[in-house]
Amino acid sequence: MVSMTKLSGYHSSAASNARLKKRHAAEVRLKAYGIIAIALAGLALLALLWSIVGKATGALTEHYITLPVDLEAAEIDPDNIGKANFGGLTKDVLKEQFPMVTNRKSKKLLYDLVSSGAGFELRQDILDDPSLLGKQIEFDFLASDVADLYFKGTFGRLDGVETSGDLTLIADDKEIEVISSAPDFIAALEVVKAGLLDRARVLRRQAKLQDNGVQEFIRRADRAEDNATKEAALAQVATRETQRDGLLAQADELERRAAAEGGNEKIGRKEPSLLLKIGDGWIKMTEVTPNGGRGEEILPIGDITSVPAGGWLYYVADQPEVSRKVSDNQAVWLETLRDKDAVKKTLNWRFFSSGDSREPELAGLWGAIVGSFWTMLVTFSVAFPIGVLTAIYLEEFAPKTRFTDIIEVNINNLAAVPSIIFGLLGLSVFLGFFGMPRSAPLVGGLVLALMTLPTIIISSRAAIRAVPPSIKNAALGLGASKVQASFHHTLPLAMPGILTGTIIGMAQALGETAPLIMIGMVAFIVDIPGGITDSASVLPVQVFRWADFPERAFEARTALSICVLLVFLVLMNALAVFLRKRFERRW
Amino acid sequence: MNMTNAAIAEKGVGALDVKISSKGVDVYYADNHAIKNVSLDVLDHTVTAFIGPSGCGKSTFLRCLNRMNDTIDICRVTGDILLDGDDIYAKSVDPVQLRAKVGIVFQKPNPFPKSIYDNVAYGPKIHGLVADKADLDEVVEKSLRRAAIWNEVKDRLDSPGTGLSGGQQQRLCIARAIATAPQVLLMDEPCSALDPIATAQIEELIDELRSNYSVVIVTHSMQQAARVSQKTAFFHLGEVVEYGDTNTLFTNPEDKRTQDYITGRFG
Amino acid sequence: MLSFAVLMIFASSLVFFIAGRAKAVQSVNGAYATLHSRPSYHGMYSSLWALLVGMLLLLVVSVVWSNLNDRVLMGAVLDAAPDISKIDAELVLSDAKSIAQGNIASKTDALRSTLAQQASAIEGQRLWGSVIISILGALFAGLLTNRQIDRDFRARNRSEKLVTGVLMVCAIIAILTTIGIVLSLIFETLRFFNQIEWQWWKFLFGTTWSPLSGVHDGVLDADKVGAAPLFVGTFMITIIAMIVAVPIGLFAAIYLSDFASPRVRLWAKPMLEILAGIPTVVYGFFAAITVAPYIRGFGESIGLSVASESALAAGVVMGIMIIPFISSLSDDVINAVPQSLRDGSYGLGATKAETIRQVVLPAALPGIVSAILLGVSRAVGETMIVVMAAGQGANLTANPLEAVTTVTVQIVMLITGDTEASTAAGPAFTLGFTLFCVTLGLNVIALKVVRKYREQYD
Ligand SMILES: Nc1ncnc2c1ncn2[C@@H]1O[C@H](COP(=O)(O)OP(=O)(O)OP(=O)(O)O)[C@@H](O)[C@H]1O
Ligand SMILES: [Mg+2]
Repeated sequence: MVSMTKLSGYHSSAASNARLKKRHAAEVRLKAYGIIAIALAGLALLALLWSIVGKATGALTEHYITLPVDLEAAEIDPDNIGKANFGGLTKDVLKEQFPMVTNRKSKKLLYDLVSSGAGFELRQDILDDPSLLGKQIEFDFLASDVADLYFKGTFGRLDGVETSGDLTLIADDKEIEVISSAPDFIAALEVVKAGLLDRARVLRRQAKLQDNGVQEFIRRADRAEDNATKEAALAQVATRETQRDGLLAQADELERRAAAEGGNEKIGRKEPSLLLKIGDGWIKMTEVTPNGGRGEEILPIGDITSVPAGGWLYYVADQPEVSRKVSDNQAVWLETLRDKDAVKKTLNWRFFSSGDSREPELAGLWGAIVGSFWTMLVTFSVAFPIGVLTAIYLEEFAPKTRFTDIIEVNINNLAAVPSIIFGLLGLSVFLGFFGMPRSAPLVGGLVLALMTLPTIIISSRAAIRAVPPSIKNAALGLGASKVQASFHHTLPLAMPGILTGTIIGMAQALGETAPLIMIGMVAFIVDIPGGITDSASVLPVQVFRWADFPERAFEARTALSICVLLVFLVLMNALAVFLRKRFERRW
Repeated sequence: MNMTNAAIAEKGVGALDVKISSKGVDVYYADNHAIKNVSLDVLDHTVTAFIGPSGCGKSTFLRCLNRMNDTIDICRVTGDILLDGDDIYAKSVDPVQLRAKVGIVFQKPNPFPKSIYDNVAYGPKIHGLVADKADLDEVVEKSLRRAAIWNEVKDRLDSPGTGLSGGQQQRLCIARAIATAPQVLLMDEPCSALDPIATAQIEELIDELRSNYSVVIVTHSMQQAARVSQKTAFFHLGEVVEYGDTNTLFTNPEDKRTQDYITGRFG
Repeated sequence: MLSFAVLMIFASSLVFFIAGRAKAVQSVNGAYATLHSRPSYHGMYSSLWALLVGMLLLLVVSVVWSNLNDRVLMGAVLDAAPDISKIDAELVLSDAKSIAQGNIASKTDALRSTLAQQASAIEGQRLWGSVIISILGALFAGLLTNRQIDRDFRARNRSEKLVTGVLMVCAIIAILTTIGIVLSLIFETLRFFNQIEWQWWKFLFGTTWSPLSGVHDGVLDADKVGAAPLFVGTFMITIIAMIVAVPIGLFAAIYLSDFASPRVRLWAKPMLEILAGIPTVVYGFFAAITVAPYIRGFGESIGLSVASESALAAGVVMGIMIIPFISSLSDDVINAVPQSLRDGSYGLGATKAETIRQVVLPAALPGIVSAILLGVSRAVGETMIVVMAAGQGANLTANPLEAVTTVTVQIVMLITGDTEASTAAGPAFTLGFTLFCVTLGLNVIALKVVRKYREQYD
């Protein structure tokens, strides 16, 4: 028998207190989970914005290389400036700066420092002012993406190391041997050795993976039911063991070399580059010892055979040559140009004012912005009237029949159809059946209009419903017809709500990508679209395309495009919030 | 606990202890001053009735007695309310434990969307009142019996509590409240949804509970107050106009307003 | 040209408005009161008709004529080269059209040039023809209605009927959209199954997905259209996404509805809304550029080999995208649980946590389930994140660290690929149809559940 009276004494007992502690601990836990969840969501948002904004800043500036152009010597026909070979002229200008560059591979590297668009800009300048012909001018050549990224430090830095010894240079037919009177190169050797240790670590990790494989196949061999499987597994074990041992041996060797005193290390493309600077000349080291090493000339040092202490220094690149897009030669050329004050950094207006291009440094956003504008224009002019009229019909006119029910259910379900399906619809109906032009804002806008229609209808209906019937009834009472009451009284009062919903729907449409890809808006389009039937791209699709390009410089530009897109979205949503706040009415 | 025992020993038999004592209680809902300077003692082993016109603050005051008002953000309570001599609004008091001691039945029935059994077992389970399933079954049955609903639901303990009629739901909520074994039971118009038979049964229950607990009941029925309570408080516009023995209050009210109310002249 | 026509139609509609009003006034010699409807209604009636007829004619005539033209040109191609394959014929045709419009074609030859001439000729006819017909139609409709105007003409009732009709047509567009979706998907799907001789099980359960490599003469190889790897991939990424989104979204909703102070709510809710407003292509970029390399690096540092386009990266980012979806829907349903239930629980001495776990959540469960279903439907249909961050090769695996592909990725690849559109359309639209059915099913169930739930508390 349980006595309720006795039970009620329990609530003041020690047992109850102890239990209470546990119960409160459970509460604290639940609360903590909630806080963690919010924090995680916030963290994800921060990480996303941080990574995008962080990357975008790189695209805000561009670099120009100012070089003298001798337009007198250049044989340009004043009557036919447009036809002149400005690409060749640009190359000549570069060659003039670095006359010692002779072989074809190096020349190509040299030409790569300047954008392929620079020649066109030079031509444009001269077309604008033909009097320049026959003069010596200084022209700002747009740096190529690689040079631009180098200047921005994307490919690491060159760290200068001061030296104390006198340097002796002994040239043989290909290379130069350098010997310092002090152990100046120990620091460089340390860097190279650290690189060796890194590589050893990588090898050991690979060996570990192989070892995992060995264990796995041993297990399989044990479990094998027939001989064939077992043997196959054992064969795998054997090959993996050899591979593992090979890797380990390599790692051992590298570690041994790194641990040894002094030594003589080769510097290949996988090691951090070591560049020696003597006056205006540069030597790229291929071998290093504590006291010197061997190297090849990149920029001429002349006939010098010895340099006193203080007359020379060397640089260590913090990334090996293989892992950066800019070669040592290019780095040296760019450094030389920078030393000559020929490099200029400016705001990247071009990015916001030009169309797309395959060259990152020339590529811009304007075409996509205009394309988005045309697309949104079509979307708005189709979705807004149809959406609002549908909402009015459903709220004010529709008889409550099965048919109306079907429309309602239909709209709710349409709201959740994946956007890519709308793309397929556009592809087969607008492009296939109606034969509309591919890649055109017209089709994109129509598809997005169908997609945003449910959003607009649902929010418009809510806005119309929020208008008190008394207002409409007053109008009806004064003898207005149903149509007049709806259009003259209900609709204007519901308009702020309708507009808010429409803007939110348009914001969704502005960020939508998948359906536009389906209807061919992924095409590469250089020109700024002039109307709704021109081929065009839109902001999010351009982001998608650029994200896929291999050039490193596109990464920052993609991120910056995203920022621009987000700014538009923020503005639209802010407008919606403003409308809601400004016209919010409580009846 | 010890204090209460000591108090009982001191006062001896015959005089009833004060279970809940309130002094100068004010309650505000934001700017709305809902309870104005109310001082009132609820005695142990006694049924106390709160009567008064609608909106005068009966429910509000009732909810203060087990800190249910904590759940309303805009609600602010000042003044002292003591349970067995301890301030229930003190920092050290855990509202969770307080509410286990001071149970409440609300004006509108609010069964959980669970089975009838689980509804009643909810309190004992969370508080760990009983050790095993058999005891729990017993507590549930006892509570349902005392709430005069056992016969109607004994065959469908597993069906949802929300499927009962309004009156049955209310009795289920009463059963749920007594299953937690409180020392004080606050009832906000417990019979407003019940038929005369069920009402009589609940009134019987209230009378029975008095032997062990203290019961506070809000009611709009003067007859009910007169039938079940020993003490009655008359609320008007957030004030306690008159508080005293039920008999005295109904037969010989001191205040004009009380007289008007009980004779049905307003409210 | 077409915009000129639109302009003309609007202009004539305006003219009819003025004319109709004038005529109405004239018909009663300025005694307005004797008119059945106000003069502007007469004008409106006439102008609406002109506008409607004109626009409708423009649309219908130009579309129908364009299809006719295509048929004529196709006939010309087949006449010139009788044994050309259908695909080549289409290529020739599209080249000819490009040349006619002054664009770059893949090839230029005599046939294409003559065709181009013919194309530009009949295209001109089409433009002029549809413009003239539509303007004439507008004028005709306007004149006809203008003649009806007199004192007793019930212009207001008539034009309001017309307006109501237009409103209804707008509402029907939503239905037409659905019908359009279903028809276009079904048409290609049937064609696809016809090609693989109705071996539908090979599509649903086959494990080799390489539809375009098995094409002979435009016919698919039924053994290479096994979409099981895509379904498994989609499923896996969806599961990963839900593992991320459901706990975070649900706990966030619980915290926001029952624990958070108004101040925390004030910034936490907009934060979740921002997360919801970010376009999916941005999430895709984030997944591909930041999350995938990070997961790969992390995996390698603990000795796991992670594909650079792992299902995990795409799934996690998709989960982040769905968090606000789950949290806001769950928040709604948790808030919809009546306060009286919470009070009942608190009144028995339950803690907040007990109240939430044992009373609020069970009561809100149907709503939460439907939120999760809608979330799943979103994840299944999501395209950009997976296109940018998941793999492209159909790879049947259960390892989230490997690359998998999804239904949506394959649709994008098929449609944007270099293959002839008519060949790629079959598998692509069939996948689309499958996707449509699955998401529609999830939605219908979710909406049903939520409606049931609403009824419970209304
Ligand atoms: N949650 C709340 N928020 C704001 N004001 C409240 C709230 N609850 C009650 N009030 C106000 O407090 C005053 C007293 O209300 P209370 O519910 O205590 O009245 P009552 O005496 O129980 O009335 P009834 O007999 O109708 O139940 C009323 O003016 C009411 O408007
Ligand atoms: Mg009350």
